[in-house]
Amino acid sequence: MSADTWSLYSEKVMDHFRNPRNVGEIENPDGTGHVGNPICGDVMELYIRVKNGVIADAKFKTFGCGAAIATSSMVTEMVIGKSIEEALEISNHAVAEALGGLPPIKMHCSVLAEEALRSAINDYLNNREKNGLKNERSS
Amino acid sequence: MKRVYLDYAATTPTHPDVVKAMLPYLNDAFGNPSSMHSLGQEARRAVEEARETIAALIGAKNDEIVFTSGGTEADNFALKGVAYANEHRGNHIITSSIEHHAVIEPLKSLERQGFKVTYLPVDQYGMVDPQDVRKAVSEKTILISVMHANNEIGTIEPIAEMGRIAKERGVYLHTDAVQTVGHIPVDVNELGVDLLSMSAHKLSGPKGVGALYIRKGTKVAPFMHGGEQEQRRRASTENVPGIVGFGKAADIAQNEMRAEVERLALLRDQLIKGLLERIDNMQLNGHPSKRLPNNVNVSIQFVEGESMLLSLDMEGIAASTGSACSSSTLTPSHVLLALGLQPEQAHGSLRFTLGRETTKEEIGRVLEALPPIVAKLRAMSPLLRSRA
Repeated sequence: MSADTWSLYSEKVMDHFRNPRNVGEIENPDGTGHVGNPICGDVMELYIRVKNGVIADAKFKTFGCGAAIATSSMVTEMVIGKSIEEALEISNHAVAEALGGLPPIKMHCSVLAEEALRSAINDYLNNREKNGLKNERSS
Repeated sequence: MKRVYLDYAATTPTHPDVVKAMLPYLNDAFGNPSSMHSLGQEARRAVEEARETIAALIGAKNDEIVFTSGGTEADNFALKGVAYANEHRGNHIITSSIEHHAVIEPLKSLERQGFKVTYLPVDQYGMVDPQDVRKAVSEKTILISVMHANNEIGTIEPIAEMGRIAKERGVYLHTDAVQTVGHIPVDVNELGVDLLSMSAHKLSGPKGVGALYIRKGTKVAPFMHGGEQEQRRRASTENVPGIVGFGKAADIAQNEMRAEVERLALLRDQLIKGLLERIDNMQLNGHPSKRLPNNVNVSIQFVEGESMLLSLDMEGIAASTGSACSSSTLTPSHVLLALGLQPEQAHGSLRFTLGRETTKEEIGRVLEALPPIVAKLRAMSPLLRSRA
């Protein structure tokens, strides 16, 4: 918890909001996650680069509130260097905890970050499967 | 870094003269206005002088002013008071779709009790069409309640026209004037209203005090039952320091309003023009001319309101948004949606409301600070690219 219980966000959240890590896109990413809806005020896009089963790089673009930006930033930081299996274990609670907690009303932002990550990993796994099948056919 | 406060529609800093006027009634002059002794009489005199000043500000008679705990109570009092006292005549109430929650929620409560409420639409600028009001009136209608000016977009409603319709049809008219009293001229007779809600802290007065104007002869059920205060309409020992502060604020507003309206409208227009020049894909929300002199509300595409607010706050600038990242339903402002804005435009809204201490330099600070904030957030936004 932040020192001031009455402030909306923890210092960690504000740090990630002020200086978000890994903003941007990855060209020809190995996996892309696109979650949220502008109608609800949150859209997250997460891109991953995978090398030898390990997430070598992750970047994001987010339309949303301070918590949405901070959770996006945090999830990219947490996931880089992790294996796919390890990355799939990252829960929204872990993201929120790493940020020093989120106000209850903002927990949906951490859910969105987890969903963005899963969606990017699923996309990667699907791509790999498709490419694998293609490779089999061509061989 | 000096703070730039541009959220006067939320609340205003208490005027130093208001604080000074209140202090004696928190100290030596602590009497209960209902007491017979001289301490009580001193407090009574102070309350009645404040009532007189407030009545004068809106062209009312003294005994038509009932003090409340604020604007929300005044709205609840007006709506429920009229509904309960006039149930035998009908159960239909007409309102607009852009009212403050202090009006919408009591009406919803009345609906649960069997009253019928018509919510009139507004045009793209947030204007209610008086002809819609006329068409909505039926034999069962007992009350029309439309706000004088909207707190989010600043649009000033044609209340006087509705006043004529209400009078013609023998229906009571209430207006929530929390954003206008002390800001622009308000006259209950020119408007033709029977009930009008006010709040002290929106005009440099203290929080926790407001008033309801009730035209003589209007049938309204008492709001609080207890002692004989406020002609038995609103029991409870008077908030003497608060009422005195409200009176002082009304006095200051009366003297300064004319000059302030002009000064603020000029600053408002500078801010609107400056923002439009510096930020593309941005629109003004609310009416271009029939708007409060202190209100600026814009929607900035591809970015979300709270993240702009946080960024502005880091620059020492306090504003507000109609985005709803913090509401449990994630639905943005009902006012902006009623104008026909897309939800994402409503999420990207910013409101700046100016006031007594706002300067030209402060407007300059906003014009300097906001464009780079928008650029930074847009660079992060997936919406911009997916459109390109």
